[in-house]
Formats: sequence, C-alpha cells, structure tokens
Amino acid sequence: MITCRHLKFAYPGERFALEIDALDIKKGEKVALVGASGCGKTTLFNLISGILIPESGDLDIFGATPSALPVSERQQFRIRTIGMVPQNFELLDYLTIRENIELPFQITSVLPDHSGIAARCEELADRSGITAQLNKFPHELSQGERQRAAICRALIASPALILADEPTGNLDPGNQEKLVSLLLEEADRLGSTLFMITHEPELVPRFDRCIDLLKLRGEAGV
Amino acid sequence: MNFRGLLYLGSRYLTRHKARTLILVSAFTLVWLLPALIAMVVGQVETRIRARAGETPFLLGKNGSALELVFNGLYFTKPEIQVLAFRDVQAIQEGELASAIPLYSRFSAGKNRIVGTSIDYFLFRELEIASGRQLLRLGECVVGAKVAEENGIVVGDAVISSPETLFDLGGVYPLKMKVVGILGSSGTPDDSAIFVDVKTCWIIEGLGHGHDEADKLDPDKLLTTDATSGVIRVNASVEEFNEITEANVANFHFHGDTGDHPVTAAILIPHGTKEQALLKGAIAADKSLQMVSPTAEMDELFATVFSVQRVVLWILFAVGIATILIGILVFLLSNRLRKDEFRQLRMLGADLSTMRALVVYEAVFVILVSLLLSGALLYLCSLVTPGIVRAVLAS
Repeated sequence: MITCRHLKFAYPGERFALEIDALDIKKGEKVALVGASGCGKTTLFNLISGILIPESGDLDIFGATPSALPVSERQQFRIRTIGMVPQNFELLDYLTIRENIELPFQITSVLPDHSGIAARCEELADRSGITAQLNKFPHELSQGERQRAAICRALIASPALILADEPTGNLDPGNQEKLVSLLLEEADRLGSTLFMITHEPELVPRFDRCIDLLKLRGEAGV
Repeated sequence: MNFRGLLYLGSRYLTRHKARTLILVSAFTLVWLLPALIAMVVGQVETRIRARAGETPFLLGKNGSALELVFNGLYFTKPEIQVLAFRDVQAIQEGELASAIPLYSRFSAGKNRIVGTSIDYFLFRELEIASGRQLLRLGECVVGAKVAEENGIVVGDAVISSPETLFDLGGVYPLKMKVVGILGSSGTPDDSAIFVDVKTCWIIEGLGHGHDEADKLDPDKLLTTDATSGVIRVNASVEEFNEITEANVANFHFHGDTGDHPVTAAILIPHGTKEQALLKGAIAADKSLQMVSPTAEMDELFATVFSVQRVVLWILFAVGIATILIGILVFLLSNRLRKDEFRQLRMLGADLSTMRALVVYEAVFVILVSLLLSGALLYLCSLVTPGIVRAVLAS
C-alpha cells in the first residue's frame, strides 16, 4: 500500500510547492492521476520513487519509507520495487530493443535471478507485439512500438509498483488504447499497483480510480 | 551500477558510435606514436651513422669544412670539396705513424658514385667479394651489392662513367669499366658505390690516357718528329681508348707526377696513441691539410640534430596537448548530448557516480586502446625501420 500523509515538497528557489495531506493507494489498485500541467504530477512520482526527498511528511511505499533510507538503499529499493514508464520512450539509442528491455538487469546486481531474463523479455515482447522488433534499434521503430518497448523495460523486473508518467502523451488514440490495455493487463497479471498520469479523459474510466492532483492538494497548491 | 554493467554499457556505446570512437582512438594513437616513432628512428639513424663514423679513426683532407670531408669520406657525398695531392697520402703511407687509404669520390656512373681507392679499403671495411674477384688492374671495377641489384649487373658486364660536362672538350670523358667483382651487402654506403683503383679515377679525369704508340702510327697522323729529342707530335685524328683492355693497358700512361694527382680524402689509421699524437701534430703544422675525427664531427652534428629533434618533439607535445584537450572537449560535449541518456539511467537505478564512472570508463577505454595500438604500431615500425634506415643510409 502507498500511504502519504502531510507531504510537503518545494524546489529550492522556486515558488512551486507540493503539499498533500492524505493519499492512499491499495496494493494492486489501478489509479489514474490527472491534473493541469505544472501542478506537480511528475514531482509526486519522483517523491514516490525516491528520486526526490520530501521536506516533511510521511510517505510509505509497501511498508518502506524511501526518504529515510541511505542513498544506495533507496536506489536499490527503487530498482526492486518500482517500474517507471516515462513520457518520451527514453530508450538508449545505442542498444537494441532487446538490450533496452533487459537493461535494468545489466546495470545493476540488485535484481535477483538473471537466468530467465531472455525468456521473460521475449514473453513481454510477444504480449506487447514487438517480437519482430527485438533486434532493431529504437530509431527503426514507430512511436507506439518504442513506448511498448519502454513498458516492457518497466515490467521486466516484475515490479510491485508501476509508475507511468503520461506514457500515451505522444500517441494516436488507437495506440493509446492498446498501450493502456497492455499496462492494465500486465499490472493485473503481475498483481502490481499501477499509478498512471494521463491527460486523456477517455482513458480514465478504464482505471479503478482517478485522482485529480489539484483537488488533492486543495487550496494548498500553487 | 556494477562493473559488469559499466563495461557492458560503455562498450556498447563505443561500438555503436564507431566513427566517433575511431576518430578519437586514431587521434590519441598518433599523439602517443609520433614522438616515440621519431625518437626511435633518430636513434636508429644515429646508431648506424655513429657506427660507420666509429669504424673510421681519422680522415685526412684539404683544409675546409670538416663535416663535408666526413660526409665525403664516409658516404662519398659532397664531391665538390677541395682535393689534396696524392703525395700527401703517400707521405703518410711511407712514414711509420699510420696507414693511409686514399679515397677519390668525385665521379659517378649514373646515380652511383665511383670511388677510387686501394685494395686496403676492402680489408679495412671488411667488404667481402660475393662474386667475381678483386681489382687487379686499371679500368676494372668492383660494384656494391645495391648497384648490382638495381642495375642487374653481373660479373663481366661494364659500367660507363658519366661525362661531367658535355660541351667541355677538355673535360671528363666517359670510361667503360669492366665489372670484375660484386660486393656482398653491408648495409652501408659501400653498397651503392662503384670501386676502382684510384688511378682509374685519374684516367676518367683525363690525367692519364691511352692511345696507339706514336712511333707506330700511320705517318698521316704525325705532325712533327724531332729526331734529337725523340718528341713526336701527332694530330687530333689519333684515337684515344675509352676502355682499358688487356690489349691496350700497356698504352695507358699518366702525364706529370702522379704525386700531384688529386684525391678527395684518405682514411688514416694511426699505429698507436703516440703515433696518433705525432701525426696530428705533423698535419696541424701543414696549414693546408686537416685531420678529422669522424666521431667528433658526428657528435657535433647530432648535437644539432637533437636540438632540432627537441624542437620537433616540443611541437608534437603541443599538438598532443591540443589533441587531448579536444578529446576532453569531445567527451564533455557528448556528455551534454547524453543528458537524456543519463536521466534514463538514473531513472532505472543508476546514481550520479555511476554515470561519471561510465564516462571515465569510455575515456580510459579510448586511451588504453590508443596506447595499445600505438605500442603495436611502434613494434611493427621497429621491425621495418631498420631496413629503411639501412637502405636510406646506403643510398
């Protein structure tokens, strides 16, 4: 479960401040996060993933408090627990799609059991419809294919929490639909919690719940 | 990120960006290779040049540039140096202080220098006859290995000296010389020389010549005959021999005293330290001659060469520093371009120090590969350059 109480964060020297009194997301829940640009959605994701440290308040992720952990342990916690899907695909251009998907296992020894990684990669690619693209480089793929590859990379370590930062932002409606389906199915299959930022109102009904960050922040916003 | 991951990502980045990596590796390879190569080649040249100089105790020559005398005496270059009289060489030969080997290297046959000397030269330089025999009489020659190889000369062939001045009727006429021997290769300038007896050189110069005996000539070719003095004057129709053969060798003769005839230098081999000192004193007393130590001259020459080499190395050092700075700039600029890549890695769990380690790894990889490559190239060059240096110095 993700529990957030009296969370407060501000970037040094900036007016922006994110304050959240209470937020609870259950294990396995699929939650859409909406809100106007600049209201702090990505900042909240960075706080949850431990990339940013809150000024005050409590943030509990599946029983752990990332901000209380030393840097290396926080990093290990993130690698083990969270799969992140960025908005702009963000695949490394000098690696093939297969290598990009397997990257989390290549760059860290935190993740256990490397043995079945190739099979797991192929399985994910098969379900995402990019098997034929596995040995290609990112520039050879369409935007939708690249985003699906980014999702495969986020899922390769079977994370307990999937943070998807507006992954459909650059896709056409058809591809948006396919991608959200893929994320929801995989989250279901893995029993993972899915927390996804979106600006597409038509996608929201597919989630268990929708949180409007502006409402969540109440009058404490910008 | 663990070390394996670092190797994996760094290697993939470098291999995927082949052109950039190749350019960087090539530039750094040249930075390491060029100074080392120059130092190596200069060292090899120095060793070979010093070896020949070191094998030649002293050179006798006319007063003038000592360095030109050394180059003429050792490498048969600078034929325009002042000549000394053969008498001066004879005087030392006949004395008890040193052995003297005359050298007259003024003429050439094509691009090869004709060196007039004595049999002692071959013994002194330990030159072996690979085929044929040693010089026995006027008009014969022994050619160096390279001369024979390049011109396809075999024993029994002939070489013709090059006329010096086409329009000077009193100048040097070509002489056809029979090749009686070919020297084994020595890797020295001797390989590119044509050796004759010093007297043969004087015949090339016109100081000696051969023609039918005047008293046996057709009366049509006679101008005057003085019965009292026995002097016979002949007209220009008398044919001069341009080749010395067994049949006409007796007709060759020198006009004037051969002691007055020229040589360009002589190799002096003092019989001992005391004799060397005495000889130096005697030659110093004769203001028209000089006795030069080739080793001392080479020391002076190499002092200049090394100062030039130092300048070149400093220039290369500056170019190297510039290249390294440009390399650093390339890395810094490419890191700015890789901002997104580093953000992704961070998102996936890599920390800042890992990213720095990745960049350092790539830089170290480029430097190490360039060092290995320059080492390998230097090794390959070290196999080839001695042959090139030997060939260049022999020509």
